[in-house]
Amino acid sequence: MSVLDESTAEMKRISASVWGNLETRAVQIMAEIQQVLAACLYPPLLDDDTLPADVRERAQMFLGHCVGGSIGSYPECNGITKVQHSVSEFISRRDGATADPDNIYITKGSTEALLMLLRLFAPSAHPLQTGVLTPVPSYKGFTRVLSVQGAAMVPYYLCEEEGWSIQIDDLRKAIQIARRHCNPMALYVVNPGNPTGHLQSKDSIKEVIRFAAEEKLLIIADEVYQNCVYGEGREFFSYKKALVELGPPYCNLVELASINSVSKGAMGECGLRCGYMELVNLDSSMDQNKIFSITPFAPVLGQIALDVMVDPPQPRQPSYPLYTQEVQSIKRATMNNVQKTLEVFNSLTGITLQPIGGGLFAFPRLHMSQAAIDHAQERDLHPDVMYCSRLLEEEGLLILPGSKLGMKKGAHYIRVSLGAHEDMMTEALRRLERFHLRFLHEFPCSALAGGHAHRPAPATPTDLPPPPLCEAL
Amino acid sequence: MSENGLVHRGKVLTVDTMNPSVKRVEYAVRGPIVQRAVQLERELREGVIKPFTEVIKANIGDCQAMGQQPITFFRQVLALCSYPELLEDNRFPEDTKTRARRILQACAGGSLGAYSTSQGIELVRQDVARYIEKRDGGIPCSPDNIYLTAGASDGITTMLKLLVSGEGSSRTGVMISIPQYPLYSAALAELAAVQISYYLDEENCWSLDVCELRRALEAARQHCKPRVLCIINPGNPTGQVQSRQCIEDVIKFSAEENLFLMADEVYQDNVYAHGCRFHSFKKVLFEMGPRYSERVELASFHSTSKCYMGECGFRAGYMEVVNLDPEVKVQLTKLVSVRLCPPVPGQALLDLVVNPPLPEEPSYKTFMEERTATLAVLAEKARLTQETLNQVPGLTCNPVQGAMYTFPRIQLPPKAIALAKEKGQAPDMFYCMKLLEEKGICLVPGSGFGQRDGTYHFRMTILPPTDKLKIVLAKIKEFHQSFTEQYS
Repeated sequence: MSVLDESTAEMKRISASVWGNLETRAVQIMAEIQQVLAACLYPPLLDDDTLPADVRERAQMFLGHCVGGSIGSYPECNGITKVQHSVSEFISRRDGATADPDNIYITKGSTEALLMLLRLFAPSAHPLQTGVLTPVPSYKGFTRVLSVQGAAMVPYYLCEEEGWSIQIDDLRKAIQIARRHCNPMALYVVNPGNPTGHLQSKDSIKEVIRFAAEEKLLIIADEVYQNCVYGEGREFFSYKKALVELGPPYCNLVELASINSVSKGAMGECGLRCGYMELVNLDSSMDQNKIFSITPFAPVLGQIALDVMVDPPQPRQPSYPLYTQEVQSIKRATMNNVQKTLEVFNSLTGITLQPIGGGLFAFPRLHMSQAAIDHAQERDLHPDVMYCSRLLEEEGLLILPGSKLGMKKGAHYIRVSLGAHEDMMTEALRRLERFHLRFLHEFPCSALAGGHAHRPAPATPTDLPPPPLCEAL
Repeated sequence: MSENGLVHRGKVLTVDTMNPSVKRVEYAVRGPIVQRAVQLERELREGVIKPFTEVIKANIGDCQAMGQQPITFFRQVLALCSYPELLEDNRFPEDTKTRARRILQACAGGSLGAYSTSQGIELVRQDVARYIEKRDGGIPCSPDNIYLTAGASDGITTMLKLLVSGEGSSRTGVMISIPQYPLYSAALAELAAVQISYYLDEENCWSLDVCELRRALEAARQHCKPRVLCIINPGNPTGQVQSRQCIEDVIKFSAEENLFLMADEVYQDNVYAHGCRFHSFKKVLFEMGPRYSERVELASFHSTSKCYMGECGFRAGYMEVVNLDPEVKVQLTKLVSVRLCPPVPGQALLDLVVNPPLPEEPSYKTFMEERTATLAVLAEKARLTQETLNQVPGLTCNPVQGAMYTFPRIQLPPKAIALAKEKGQAPDMFYCMKLLEEKGICLVPGSGFGQRDGTYHFRMTILPPTDKLKIVLAKIKEFHQSFTEQYS
């Protein structure tokens, strides 16, 4: 058992959330959403002007769309019609190409969308197990979904040297090998990448679409981080948009499921459990009523939040200034976190970090000396697990070791969340830096980039008072 | 492959390549008849003339859709939790604010917007455990055995997923009543589990006879490995409330035959008939002593969607697991973590349901008034429905002892049966479709729930507001008479 498993009860509570790192900055539900939810929950709030006019209007409109005028009744299977329309309009605006509301399925979050989709073809009618091409590194949530549905993971390795981009050759290699033991039916892509932070270029997306068309694969585009994009001139391109731009035959042929959620991006309403999937080019023989599982409904409150996310307050509305301010402040905070993280990791020897184009994680590589690796192996630990365990013990900081994400043996990584409050992030980076320098002092690397190999080691942990517990990153 | 070559290749996902189990799944409550009802509503809105001015949907157990009012206390606390600035607002009674603060404190980051742990917020699980202890006369309940869910259906499908395994003749068999709530048959079909049907006794108020359980089990052993026994109490669609003796018999049977018991108790507050009482399986199990209480594996399910709450839109509930093998429990905990967590507002709502206002609190009076009124109205509608339908020649209706439905038996003229079969339709589907087209009333045919061969039923909810319910009942009476005449 690693130190992580043996840590204190409080730590365990944090460790238990490793799949959904504590995005503490995101838990402040935007005021607009808070207000709309409150009004829908307790309609007497509509009778006076405690709440802004546009909030009241939106709540009223929602209640009008709920059967019996209450959010307590069952919504329609695919989602409240009004929300389906808001989502399709959002997609149309984003992509400059119309999206059909009938292709929108509102779900209890992105994981639910993946489960619902996979169950349609895992197992399939084919005798071999269904295979899904999956990027490495990926995140545990998806591999668990594959496992629950009994689908085979067909790994394709992202190219670290090129900023964790997708290489078609690797895709091709992966699928050829896979065909010997399973029936590959789908290709899963995450853009922006989790945990890599890679933002896919439009050309790359088109290449992937062409590949999927040739190899007869359904594309599952996980785009939950589409609101988290960083860097001058960087822009998110949706798979849908690229598909439409490619024109025939691709635009009518390639089956594409695009997934988004209220849990990420500026909003971060994870607890409300709501997302959507846009499913295009489904074969006409498929009965759309079968898409939904027998327990389909997304909670109504979550759907309301989704509606606000895709149809936010407009400039002339009373809630606009506050809403915009909140979104900007969250974006700014995240940008600052990204900036600081890049600075710190780029200044340290023994760590390399690819550019972060989007997403909410940094995934730096640790270059450990043989001594460090041996030290870990003597304790029966992966080197990056050892690194993280000691970080936890000595600095009270919890981060995820990359070996937990199925990285190749011999390469070591850590995953750090960029979603925390700015103060938290600064403190965490400070502790990480402090620890890393000590670690390097104990296990010096030879032949390094960065030229900081001879910085004196900071004080050892025993000289310092025990640090207060830091949030999981 | 050239682009030209691509044009002719088929799609990845077609009706032929898709998951064969999913293809087979039917879910009557939202099936073709409901789709037609929605279509008719659309046509009415577009101004098409019909023999009716509105479609009355008495097909789904959705209380608030039919005008049942939500409980003020619940909505007030949830509004405060969603928008904590309202804690300064004087219109909210003090106890709602205390509750809201308590709930928010238990949420990560003090907000309903954060993920909770996958098993559910600890405070809520503790409150659920206390509620169960109180309900069951002090029998201990551990919060560790409580899993919060996104509704009972979610919990039930999760447990079934865990329980179904094996291949061929050792594939898991799951016992479920006929008639049943079609979630079960759909879930079993999707999991490719073997459904083992046991018939409830229509002549005896839909009661359960252990002999029938035994018969079904013996027959099933030939082609599967029976592992699970599902029971819905109070019953859906049948509305019977099982006697304490019956519950004991079922527990004994499960112990003897080594079956995992799944008790669907979502209607536990909906008990109307005199002399009927809800007995939880957990309580009876423990009152039967250690010989049973230490052995029988039990999962009990409850939700916020029914009873006097009617909050279907929240997707909330819990399940209590008893005597689960520790290793299986680890797997269950892992399985629920895949979906991350149940909706947090729903968890908050559940906390209020198990923790309603106390007599000394300001909201108590209104709460009790609302709760009592809601349940009383349902009881009255149950009585009215049963009485009215029993007066129609050709319709026989068992007492609606609990839940929210009536499941009357309908006599169909042989001509109608033959015509239906010609059309490839179940005779009661044929009947219900005609009722929909002619009277604008949407019910669910009994064939969707299962029934003895050669018998026909429909399920109707007792939820429409009383005046509308009277209209529905009158129209059904008219229709049945004209239908019988037409096809005689």
